[in-house]
Amino acid sequence: MKILVPVKRVVDANAHVRVKADGSGVDLSGVKMSINPFDEIAVEEATRLKEKGSAAEIVCVSIGPAEAAEVLRSAFAIGADRGQLVIGEGDLEPLAVAKILKAVIEKENPQLVILGKQAIDYDNDQTGQMLAGLLGWPQATFASNVTIEGDQVQVTREVDGGHQTVRLRLPAIITCDLRLNTPRFAALPSIMKAKKKPIEQKSVDSYGVDLKPRLQVLKLAEPPRRKAGIKVKSVTELLDKLRNEAGVI
Amino acid sequence: MKTLLVSDHDNKTLSEATAKALSCAVSLGGEVDVVIAGKGCRAVAEQAAQLSSVARVLLADADAYEHVLAEPFAALIVSLAAPYDAIVAPSTSSGRNILPRVAALLDVMQISDVSRVLAPDTFERPIYAGNVIETVRTTDKKKVITVRTTAFPRAAGGGTASIESIRAVADPGTSQFESEELHASARAELTSARIIISGGRALQSRENFTKYIDPIADKLGAAIGASRAAVDAGYAPNDWQVGQTGKIVAPDLYIAAGISGAIQHLAGIKDAKIIVAINKDPDAPIFQVADYGLVADLYTALPEMAAELAKSHA
Ligand SMILES: Cc1cc2nc3c(=O)[nH]c(=O)nc-3n(C[C@H](O)[C@H](O)[C@H](O)COP(=O)(O)OP(=O)(O)OC[C@H]3O[C@@H](n4cnc5c(N)ncnc54)[C@H](O)[C@@H]3O)c2cc1C
Ligand SMILES: Nc1ncnc2c1ncn2[C@@H]1O[C@H](COP(=O)(O)O)[C@@H](O)[C@H]1O
Repeated sequence: MKILVPVKRVVDANAHVRVKADGSGVDLSGVKMSINPFDEIAVEEATRLKEKGSAAEIVCVSIGPAEAAEVLRSAFAIGADRGQLVIGEGDLEPLAVAKILKAVIEKENPQLVILGKQAIDYDNDQTGQMLAGLLGWPQATFASNVTIEGDQVQVTREVDGGHQTVRLRLPAIITCDLRLNTPRFAALPSIMKAKKKPIEQKSVDSYGVDLKPRLQVLKLAEPPRRKAGIKVKSVTELLDKLRNEAGVI
Repeated sequence: MKTLLVSDHDNKTLSEATAKALSCAVSLGGEVDVVIAGKGCRAVAEQAAQLSSVARVLLADADAYEHVLAEPFAALIVSLAAPYDAIVAPSTSSGRNILPRVAALLDVMQISDVSRVLAPDTFERPIYAGNVIETVRTTDKKKVITVRTTAFPRAAGGGTASIESIRAVADPGTSQFESEELHASARAELTSARIIISGGRALQSRENFTKYIDPIADKLGAAIGASRAAVDAGYAPNDWQVGQTGKIVAPDLYIAAGISGAIQHLAGIKDAKIIVAINKDPDAPIFQVADYGLVADLYTALPEMAAELAKSHA
């Protein structure tokens, strides 16, 4: 079985983002970029499924600037076998990304696609569900456990009040939550090997899908910052402030 | 303008989140219908009918909808979509699961986590873990929107909408429910609680949550939350996680005990009215956003707090 994992290049989770002075975008100059943390978990999960013998090959796809090759290398260092880099400038919306992924999937014929539950730049949480809709495949979002059983996959999902377990018929789409696994720390030999794994390059325009943005971004702004308040000296003073100053207890 | 609100419920009770998403739906202007899909969920339809400014309640009662599986549920919403200009759902785990599938099937780009409606086609939404607010205008004819419910008030009661039964659509049958484990709790629910006390990695164990956090939650009638570090370490269940990838909360009072204040955690508590931080490290980032900071060891401060609250409540 082949597993496909879409991986996005995003601002590193520990980086501090600033909006450009004119509100036209986020200032990314000199900011560290990394593989989306949820996608790293998706690659780790695919790798574990391969190690268990449930999968034979892992293909990663990244849609973005030429530098997105770096996140494919990160995926290789964990265990992905080969990559596709779909080059395009500017941010594509999840609907357009899902349409390109659909075209890739129709060529590659994977039985399972594992995505992150959200990209931590735009926090959209849409692509996997959209892709499942476009393909007419079943979906299990926010996965915290994945088991392949023959031509089915059993997935435990994190839901608001706890967990839900569902069974999907393959081919299927899974989006993963943080609790699914902890990605391994790639050792030097894996990083060296990652440099040799093949990346096929294409342009976003070569898929013949409609990429025209549906949303116009009018403005970006930083929300009003919360200011540090005061330090209290004791529990007694704290409770007094909460009662008599803030009036919240 | 005509809007369809996709409700969230457990087949018995309509969620608070739905009542809040209704306020967002109403602010688009025009009529709002609410769809209730589930099994044996007539009571939920009756609750929805009592919310103000609901025009009609559409009730789809069938086996296929009992567990809110995305495939049959999205197929139902798509079958209803034609007369509506907007389809809205709260950003709960089921809203986030279903609505993007609906959007793709309608060839619409969803607007996730709307926190403000500026015009029927123009919205604000938080991105980058809430560190940036994006203003977007959609060019799609039909709008598909999920709502950040902490940003909207609960819709008032006093409505008398009609309830119409609608038929289930064909279930693609590609997914199947197996089991679920929901943590029943007598405590307030995180996303609608007025007071929350959360514990972080510093709590060190599940037992310490019970020993140090529970008594204060009891006295204040508070909901209990946790940082991701505490959840990952198994000190707290996953549905207690507050933050970018957990629950977004907006209580009057948020008490963070032994939580450092990583941006991903702060993303979930930005809209709290008052933030209290109890941390033994005076340089912990949480103090930069706390209204009241107490530099102390939580293992002495929390029992002291519980004792003082017990005195004043006696
Ligand atoms: C993609 C992504 C998404 C994430 N999403 C979330 C999310 O939704 N929610 C979330 O919370 N995190 C999230 N995180 C994790 C986040 O970055 C932090 O790692 C996490 O919030 C840290 O939890 P913590 O504050 O409990 O632990 P720590 O950072 O280890 O802090 C523990 C604190 O306890 C204090 N302390 C220790 N002992 C005591 C004591 N005896 N008394 C008082 N204070 C004490 C310490 O001074 C320290 O400040 C996410 C991370 C990533 C990469
Ligand atoms: N440009 C992209 N290239 C590859 N994968 C992507 C891209 N955008 C989104 N994804 C995948 O879709 C998931 C959800 O993203 P989003 O819907 O944007 O929050 C991510 O975790 C990735 O797995």
